[in-house]
Amino acid sequence: MNDTPRLELSDVHKSFGPKVVLNGLNLSLAKGESVVVIGGSGTGKSVLLKCILGLLQPERGSIRIDGEETVGLRGAARERVLTKFGMLFQSAALFDSLTIWENVAFGLIEGAGMEREKARAIAIDKLAKVGLDEDMAESDPSALSGGMRKRVGLARAIATEPDIIFFDEPTTGLDPIMGDVINKLITECVRDLGATTLTITHDMSSARTIADRVAMLYGGQIIWAGGVDEIDQCDNPFVDQFIHGREEGPFALDVT
Amino acid sequence: MYNPLAIVGRFFLAFLATIGRLSMFTGKSLSAVVTPPFYWRLCLQQMMTIGYYSLPVVGLTALFTGAVLALQIYLGSARFGAESAVPNIVVVGLTRELGPVLAGLMLGGRVGAAIAAELGTMKVTEQLDALITLQTNPFRYLVVPRLVAATVTTPILVLIADIIGVMGGYLVGIHRLNFNSAVYLKNSYDFLEAMDVTSGLVKAAVFGFLIALMGCYHGFNSKGGAQGVGRATTDAVVSSLILILISNYFVTEAFFSQ
Repeated sequence: MNDTPRLELSDVHKSFGPKVVLNGLNLSLAKGESVVVIGGSGTGKSVLLKCILGLLQPERGSIRIDGEETVGLRGAARERVLTKFGMLFQSAALFDSLTIWENVAFGLIEGAGMEREKARAIAIDKLAKVGLDEDMAESDPSALSGGMRKRVGLARAIATEPDIIFFDEPTTGLDPIMGDVINKLITECVRDLGATTLTITHDMSSARTIADRVAMLYGGQIIWAGGVDEIDQCDNPFVDQFIHGREEGPFALDVT
Repeated sequence: MYNPLAIVGRFFLAFLATIGRLSMFTGKSLSAVVTPPFYWRLCLQQMMTIGYYSLPVVGLTALFTGAVLALQIYLGSARFGAESAVPNIVVVGLTRELGPVLAGLMLGGRVGAAIAAELGTMKVTEQLDALITLQTNPFRYLVVPRLVAATVTTPILVLIADIIGVMGGYLVGIHRLNFNSAVYLKNSYDFLEAMDVTSGLVKAAVFGFLIALMGCYHGFNSKGGAQGVGRATTDAVVSSLILILISNYFVTEAFFSQ
């Protein structure tokens, strides 16, 4: 059996000037696994995703995807690796100049070179999977609510049926009901695709719904990782403070 | 205690760093121009946005510049009895200098600002990152169509501006200054040389390239939300206008230095 991790990060360092964001981070995701990285604001969760995608270059460390080292990859080699990824951005990052179906089909048309008509049919199918009608396909993204934008972003992330999907704060800015809808859509879509997923969030409800395994990022490192069913029994004081949302605890929050 | 030398040094180093970043951005953009895939549809869209929709503002500018030029030259040349030189100076002044420079300045404000604001907003809303994750090179998809469209359409706009500007001078010449219509047109045509028009069109292509380059560069490097996009837009307009005036001198030197 091939037990090469789908995604493996070893000793990853990333700084911005004097500010150290990732400080020797280690994380591994098995094929088909859903890992949620939790952590406070500004702890480097988004930086972690951007380093894996090559949007930021780590100063040190190794990032392996299906066993292939990807740090330093550029041009065509980077684009080849990116074909394995889908991503739902925090703000959905829909292209304002394109219609909704063109947004969903973008990776198929521009990335995979598929004909527009064929790509449109797939886009409509993916929109249906996230609960959006065909009637909306020709609309402008600016006409959508926050929840609908997330759904379109999710449809775009799964349109190319990638091996690995990243979700950046998928429920941030949504009401609890819409947040739950997005969590369920993520779970269903990922289960259908059999994809490996890495989600970053500080929404514990989202983490409990999506995750097989939860990892806590603090001080640029993963300070705790375990099954989602273990998190409530965890004796790590950082995790305990975070999941219960207490002000008192080891987190040095400057609120003055 | 502030050290004046340290301040000058920091300013100079920051200036050099900007030159370096701009050079790298230009290199990447030019490399993307000659590397497939080419987005022809986007190029045509940008040609419409940059060229066609700029026609009214460039045309109006040229019309009134030609008219004012005819009036001013008439008033000036009347001092030494050279009123008949009005059509000659209007046509040469417009085709060599005022047509390309004024069109460039108008486009720098209109197009440079629009490009910087659009790309800057895409940057701060993670749309540029989204493009990359969808295996699309932002330089090929966003920068190249704008660079090509601006470089190709600005000379066409300037050619139209030249014609409209000469017509502006002609209208003032025959209706206000009592020139004979046929004589005015004949003098304009006879005096004009191919090099006058060619140099203006080459300038226009250079200006178009610089406007799009500055818009894209500042848009791609914007940060910090709405304020950052606003700053990028201002920087794009100011830098493109300055570069137009500087490059105008060097292109003129290159054409007419003998």
